[in-house]
Amino acid sequence: MRFFAPKNNVLPGFRLAMGFTLFYLSLIVLIPVAAIFIKTAAAGWSQFWQTATSPRVVASYRLSFGVSALAALANGVFGLLAAWVLVRYEFIGKRMVDALVDLPFALPTAVAGISLTTVYAETGWIGQWLKPLGVKVAFTPLGVLVALTFIGLPFVVRTVQPVLQDLDREVEDAAASLGANRWQTFYRVIFPALWPAALTGATLAFARAVGEYGSVIFISGNMPMRTEITPLLIVTKLEQYDYAGATAIAVVMLVASFSLLLLINLLQWWSAHRGT
Amino acid sequence: MSIEVRDVHKTFGTFAALKGVSLKIQSGELMALLGPSGSGKTTLLRIIAGLETPDDGSGDILFHGENVAALRAAARHVGFVFQHYALFRHMTVFENIAFGLRVRPRRNRPSNDAIRGKVASLLKLVQLENFAGRYPSQLSGGQRQRVALARALAVEPRVLLLDEPFGSLDAKVRKELRAWIRRLHDEIHITSVFVTHDQDEALEVADRVAVMNEGAIEQIGTPEEVYDQPASAFVYQFLGNVNIFEGRIRNGRLRIGCLELPVSSPESADNQPARAYVRPHDIELARIVAGEGVRRGTVQHIHTAGPIVRVGVRTFDGSQTIEVEIAREKHQELDLRVGNVVYYRMRHSQIFVEDYSI
Ligand SMILES: Nc1ncnc2c1ncn2[C@@H]1O[C@H](COP(=O)(O)OP(=O)(O)OP(=O)(O)O)[C@@H](O)[C@H]1O
Ligand SMILES: [Mg+2]
Repeated sequence: MRFFAPKNNVLPGFRLAMGFTLFYLSLIVLIPVAAIFIKTAAAGWSQFWQTATSPRVVASYRLSFGVSALAALANGVFGLLAAWVLVRYEFIGKRMVDALVDLPFALPTAVAGISLTTVYAETGWIGQWLKPLGVKVAFTPLGVLVALTFIGLPFVVRTVQPVLQDLDREVEDAAASLGANRWQTFYRVIFPALWPAALTGATLAFARAVGEYGSVIFISGNMPMRTEITPLLIVTKLEQYDYAGATAIAVVMLVASFSLLLLINLLQWWSAHRGT
Repeated sequence: MSIEVRDVHKTFGTFAALKGVSLKIQSGELMALLGPSGSGKTTLLRIIAGLETPDDGSGDILFHGENVAALRAAARHVGFVFQHYALFRHMTVFENIAFGLRVRPRRNRPSNDAIRGKVASLLKLVQLENFAGRYPSQLSGGQRQRVALARALAVEPRVLLLDEPFGSLDAKVRKELRAWIRRLHDEIHITSVFVTHDQDEALEVADRVAVMNEGAIEQIGTPEEVYDQPASAFVYQFLGNVNIFEGRIRNGRLRIGCLELPVSSPESADNQPARAYVRPHDIELARIVAGEGVRRGTVQHIHTAGPIVRVGVRTFDGSQTIEVEIAREKHQELDLRVGNVVYYRMRHSQIFVEDYSI
């Protein structure tokens, strides 16, 4: 972050804009987050530690963070592919497909959860074909993965698309005229230009997936130690008026998520500043 | 390595960008493609490089007599310098130049040491020894241009194609790079085609010039040929400033008002409209009437900045203002002022009837 305005800034109003941004961020993000920490601190360290490290909670961390990471990875790969198809090819119904990408954003998450469960249940449209293969989706960690992949789909597509659109086609021609084959052109020239955007998209998808609640609880079955996600545990504790327990878990999630996001941001900053 | 382009057509949708272009470039020659914006220069260059394919069933591209139409760009061994450089932004200057060597199949990829040596010698050639570690965004336009050139040369191409290599540079750097590229060409003797829409550049640097207009080649020749014997009114106009006089053919002479100019071929029909093209430096000015074919006019403006003096002369009947270029000494000797009466005479003119030279 940079607290001093560049001397020859084209647009005036740096102080005002910066002040407003900080105020806004405090109001929307920092104050609620601080409240969580204060609440937790009030309960005392030993109780915090006990709640935050109980086996059932630890299992839920593993599921939430592990499956979210897998979902983000899947979205990274397929989102890149989808963005590529949407930018580089012309086909009938392209606008339809383009609009479809945003659907997971627009759909209420509970609706998404219920429809995914219906489709992937053992008698559902897709579930009935997977069952003979021995693959169970609904009420397993795989189901959680499906739901988290679904809700994270738009992020990578929407972050990569504009970058891909701006990519200079002549650079690919240059690579070709220098003797590079298609694969070399992709991984030496195109991919290095796309990956920061893809990483941003995957990070957003990950962040969203970690906090996702509505769409997962239907398809996961919520079996303790197996398919219980951390946000569900928090809600359960809240329903039992165990505010201290709920905030304890929330703090762990917060710290873990924030560290991961910070790490990824640093990685991106580093890669961006290599080239300038 | 000679290049031959035979009757190439290229259509984008319904727009014909190239309408049957044929061109022969000798081995070791430096050929300029000169033409206004949108005339199809880049398209032709891209077709030669294999980055674009001619319309189905039209035309052939031959390298050294061998048809390369079926070869992809990567297999043609052509060095291409793009109009907007197209450097790899996330690679250093060094890696940009080394790219063509690194993507070679393993069996003929040079060792790392060999690559380092090669890149170092190219950096020296383009005078950028101290810039190996920089990224393209940290270079000036002229430096990027030279990196693009070094990158193209690294693969030891059989042919070098340059698309407006000096396009976005300022006049002084252009001039330097122009001379530099000519020297470079004389050193390494690689068959080269370079695109430009700047006639001075083409005339100064190239062995031969091909003038393009609306997807077709109007004339090919040495700089002297195209300048002194333009094949069409378009070429005449494109290669420099020009004054145009409209008139009609009468008894084998072109009559412009009461001025008559001789027409070299007599078979042109009587009363046919025609135009005389006269370069500003082919008009003589005098304060007194002397000799034949002298017309009267008044001085309308004088621009004295630069090596030559440009004088605008309003014709006697007031129908047009002609541009005249005279030497500084001549200007001092004549002592012209705006409003003075002057007499002008065309030293040399070329007459075109409906765009054809006669
Ligand atoms: N991919 C394309 N699709 C449609 N039209 C094209 C395409 N490429 C070129 N054209 C058209 O073909 C014509 C010739 O283009 P070209 O790029 O060869 O011009 P040029 O002579 O290089 O011009 P400039 O000096 O401005 O670079 C132009 O009218 C252009 O609009
Ligand atoms: Mg062009």
